[in-house]
Amino acid sequence: MSKYLEMIRIRFLMMLAYRTNYYSGILIYSINIGAYYFLWTAIYGGKESIQGLDAAQMVTYVAISWMARAFYFNNIDREIAMEIREGKVAVELIRPYNYLGMKTMQAFGEGVFRLFFFSMPGMVIVSFIFPLELPLDWQAWCFFAISIFFSFVINTEINLLTGISAFFLFNNDGLMRAKRVIIDLFSGLLLPISFYPVWAQEIMEYLPFQAISYIPSMIFTKGFQEAEITDAILFQLFWSILLIIPICAMWAVAKRKMIIQGG
Amino acid sequence: MFYVSMFFQYIAQYLKTRMEYRADMIVEILSDLLFQAVNLVFILVVFGHTESLGGWQRDEIIFIYGFFLVPYALFSTFFNIWDFNERYIVNGEMDRILTRPIHSLFQVILERMELESLFGVITGLVVMGYAAARLNLTFHWYDIFIFILFVFGGTLVSGSIFVALASIGFWSDAKTSIMPMMYNIGNYGRYPVNIYNDVIRFILTWILPFAFVGVYPASYFLRKTDWYIYAFLTPVIGLLFFILSVIIWNIGVKRYRGAGS
Repeated sequence: MSKYLEMIRIRFLMMLAYRTNYYSGILIYSINIGAYYFLWTAIYGGKESIQGLDAAQMVTYVAISWMARAFYFNNIDREIAMEIREGKVAVELIRPYNYLGMKTMQAFGEGVFRLFFFSMPGMVIVSFIFPLELPLDWQAWCFFAISIFFSFVINTEINLLTGISAFFLFNNDGLMRAKRVIIDLFSGLLLPISFYPVWAQEIMEYLPFQAISYIPSMIFTKGFQEAEITDAILFQLFWSILLIIPICAMWAVAKRKMIIQGG
Repeated sequence: MFYVSMFFQYIAQYLKTRMEYRADMIVEILSDLLFQAVNLVFILVVFGHTESLGGWQRDEIIFIYGFFLVPYALFSTFFNIWDFNERYIVNGEMDRILTRPIHSLFQVILERMELESLFGVITGLVVMGYAAARLNLTFHWYDIFIFILFVFGGTLVSGSIFVALASIGFWSDAKTSIMPMMYNIGNYGRYPVNIYNDVIRFILTWILPFAFVGVYPASYFLRKTDWYIYAFLTPVIGLLFFILSVIIWNIGVKRYRGAGS
């Protein structure tokens, strides 16, 4: 266990060394939040509320979903695919740790770094620029914290799956790009799931994507009330456990049919 | 004439190399399509809950987006220079460029072009066609020439902003993230500028004139007469900004000292 904690620490320190790269990231996210801020204000026009969210909640939703993205987002699918393609994965496999576990821990170190140096200052800056409604009670913050932790777990699990697919596809760039689009669209980052037509919502009930962005953002903006919150977190818990199965299965097959390209 | 023949020589070479990896090319085109679909889905879903956005109808917004895709595709094809600083200045590749017989900017453009992105022109035309049919838009015979002129202007607008930013590399080779930031600002041009506040609107019109890539020129075809003046400024702004950016580039090239070793 201690070696995995050490990996989190090392990745955190590594990111810390390059922290200046992140200031511009905050600006980019703020630009995106700004674009959606104006769009949503125009969409609301004179309307009181759409699908149970009022304009102020919507702006908060946009801001928190982008800033939470900085925490759960990582590129380990790309890293894994590259290590497979370059043959480095062979060396990784003989080392005394679980390769996927190590990747997850590195991603977590990165996430923790971005939580403190990107999301938090970013949220403070954004709340000065745009009229946000931050939750005032501590319960909402606690539920939100639990919820974004699961966002990270589920997003990372999906990344592991797409990353491992490089074992079978060799060039999985297309799959990784498609995954990015699907997550942007169906996680609730761009649009709350409740805005979609009912048939689309019903399909998404059976998919894990809304656990990544929609659930934590709805908890933060108070779009969910008591029972809905626990249901949503149970939904996240369910998916974070369920997704372990395909990962283990794919990994077992992948290790057996591994071909190291070049050397 | 020499430039034109160089242009086609490079295209021929490009096609030859890309045809070797056909599957990659198809994947790239498909994923571009996916990215374009995201914005369309956004518009469609949003208009399930509202009738107008800042006074514009659903199909008008879709038309603007379709128009935006055309100059944007041309821009991505020929001004793929967002990593100019790293690729040419830091790696010293610029030295080689300067020994070539054609203008350095043209040489860089030829080397970096991405013809796959041209597919976005077709997507844009299809999206526009759909919106135009639903809006019962009528076109004059000369509209096709105006369309080409506006697309040309819009392409130059985004192209010139990126050329000017790439030129910063001649003064400072420090890594900056200005380019990705600019892509995000460029997205503001996809929507009617009247939904933004006055400062942003001013910036999008006169300083980083991304509004001339989408909403301004498209408003001519949507017959929004009070926007005509901006629509017809599109080629002027495009040309003006492009000349300016080439001047900045040329000054930068004169200052270029090489990155050493």
